[in-house]
Amino acid sequence: MTWTKTEYAGWGRALSAKGEVTRPERADMIAALAADGAAPAMGMRRSYGDAALNSEGRMIDMTRLDRLLSFDPKTGILEVEAGARIGDIAETFAPRGWLPAVMPGTGFATIGGCIGQDVHGKNHHHQGSFGQHVTEITLLQKGKELRVKPGSALFKATVGGLGQTGVILRAKIRMIPCKGDLVFVTERRACNWEEHLTLLDASEATYTVGWIDATATGPELGRGIVEEGESGAGLVKKRGKASKVPLDAPHFALAKPIVKAFNWAYFHRVPARGRTVVKALGDFFFPLDKIHDWNRLYGKRGFYQFQCVVPLGAAPALRQMLQEIAGSGLASPLAVLKRMGPGRGGYLSFPMEGYTLAIDFPNRPEARALIKRLEAMTSEAGGRLYFAKDGLATGAQIRAMYPDLPKWQREVKKADPDGALVTDLVRRLNLRTA
Amino acid sequence: MNSWIILGATSGMARPFLRKLAEQGNALFLAGRNQEELETLAADCRLRGAPAVQVMRFDARDHSNYADLIATFTAQGDVLNTAVFSGSMPDQEVIDANPALIEGVMADSYTGPATFLQMLVPHMEARSAGTILGVGSVAGDRGRLGNYVYGAAKAAFATYLSGLRNRAGRKGVHVITVKPGPVDTAMTQGMELPFMTTPEAVADDLMKAIEKRRNVVYTARIWQVVMTVIRLIPEPIFKKMSI
Repeated sequence: MTWTKTEYAGWGRALSAKGEVTRPERADMIAALAADGAAPAMGMRRSYGDAALNSEGRMIDMTRLDRLLSFDPKTGILEVEAGARIGDIAETFAPRGWLPAVMPGTGFATIGGCIGQDVHGKNHHHQGSFGQHVTEITLLQKGKELRVKPGSALFKATVGGLGQTGVILRAKIRMIPCKGDLVFVTERRACNWEEHLTLLDASEATYTVGWIDATATGPELGRGIVEEGESGAGLVKKRGKASKVPLDAPHFALAKPIVKAFNWAYFHRVPARGRTVVKALGDFFFPLDKIHDWNRLYGKRGFYQFQCVVPLGAAPALRQMLQEIAGSGLASPLAVLKRMGPGRGGYLSFPMEGYTLAIDFPNRPEARALIKRLEAMTSEAGGRLYFAKDGLATGAQIRAMYPDLPKWQREVKKADPDGALVTDLVRRLNLRTA
Repeated sequence: MNSWIILGATSGMARPFLRKLAEQGNALFLAGRNQEELETLAADCRLRGAPAVQVMRFDARDHSNYADLIATFTAQGDVLNTAVFSGSMPDQEVIDANPALIEGVMADSYTGPATFLQMLVPHMEARSAGTILGVGSVAGDRGRLGNYVYGAAKAAFATYLSGLRNRAGRKGVHVITVKPGPVDTAMTQGMELPFMTTPEAVADDLMKAIEKRRNVVYTARIWQVVMTVIRLIPEPIFKKMSI
């Protein structure tokens, strides 16, 4: 394989790595890849922090192994190469009545990445996590292809396993029936924190998510828009071509008054009585994909995303976190609140039954300090941080949050005894050492 | 229904183009050397909407099965179309060390595809319809220090396509010459090249070129300007330049 010295970054662009990267394009290159020795793999690098980085080491870019291999309409099982993108699959199959059972917030995520982070979607409360709908994973492990099925310890260590059990080459995923490639979206205002949680708790829709105005304070703290979606069929204007962010934005692009004004407008866009609108599939599931490279809006210093989940009973702790965020004036417009179900597929899967809050912060010292405080509050609340987002946590915090870590370590040690698959995230959090 | 035969279908540049053809409901004949890879691409195209996909062996350096290939392809009752992606680009230094490689480079980019097209085009002319899309290269616009053997093969193909357009255009077959600059595929991996474009962007340009019946298309567009300038540089100056 040709290995090229490259500098590449996580989606947040606050963390980056320099190292050799190769990109296999045809299936017959896998043999050459195996001959070069083990290295971790990355997809579209939509993890915000350092999960897809390997400083001074090698990295395999899987994005060109992206073929759809087979589909069985009787079982809904689709086999794809690991570099296939979830949004591409959704756009291809939704008009025929099928959707991936679980889709994360960006359609650019690859299947390999969805498995490695055991991602969740707006239907987590019904369908659980991505890994729970995977029926087979083909790994490149110690130079050989290996098929892994649900039920085994290796499967549980691979789902949400951060790529440490081998390179995910292919996978079979179970699709679910849908009515078409539209979504009927009901949007309701939630005027404060209590109302927001009440709406989320009461929602029985297939897809539910809350946008939260993280700049609102006082009696309006926690206000936002709760969106409920149901798939449907019909004709709407197709999504136009994605626009691009051609330049790194100046640092004041997301300054406090601008964000406040944006959030005010975003909240009031939905009438007080609520409304139902019809959206193209991508507009509902992957709203930010419309703007290519939107991460450049945060300027060249990049940004961090903080995402935690806390148990249902710890909602007051989450409210306190939000208070801290709103008071700081550092929040960005992109903040999401969601109620999660208990579903999780692997030892290191993020989800737990409770509430999850995700929010972006520009990469500034005061924001990093705030994230540190939020992480400590998450720990205290018995919550958990998300490896797909994290860039600042410490190993000690993570150990307390992931009680199955020793089981994962045992499997990983067998799968990759020499530590050839270690990434920057695994190194930073010292995940593989007991 | 439209049918497309794609020579060099496993090329990294071809993939998004194949997918667009599949999504539009074209029947596809994927031709190339790597059977297993062709089967994988065929599965992908079927799942993306191609009503029929066949895999065929095409080797630019071995013309022995071209007649069979053409017989199978022309057995379709539809409008026949062809796209040529085949080609190879060994490093100029490798060729300098082993001039015997020139023959293969010529075969992959020119003599193989031209032989095939020469045999196929009467069938297309007989139906007075269809498009032939041939991928040349900006490297064919002027012989340059870095890759003049590859450039010569692509120049030969471009000249051939120009003549073919002149001939087949009279009978309702449209010929498009595509001149890509560097495209981000396995062929260019590890090279630092200017105005690199992606296979997806190339595919968009190709679909537009087919729809608008363009004759010569540069992709990325900037290369039309760049190559116009490069062609205008007087030879006494150009021969001293290393671009």
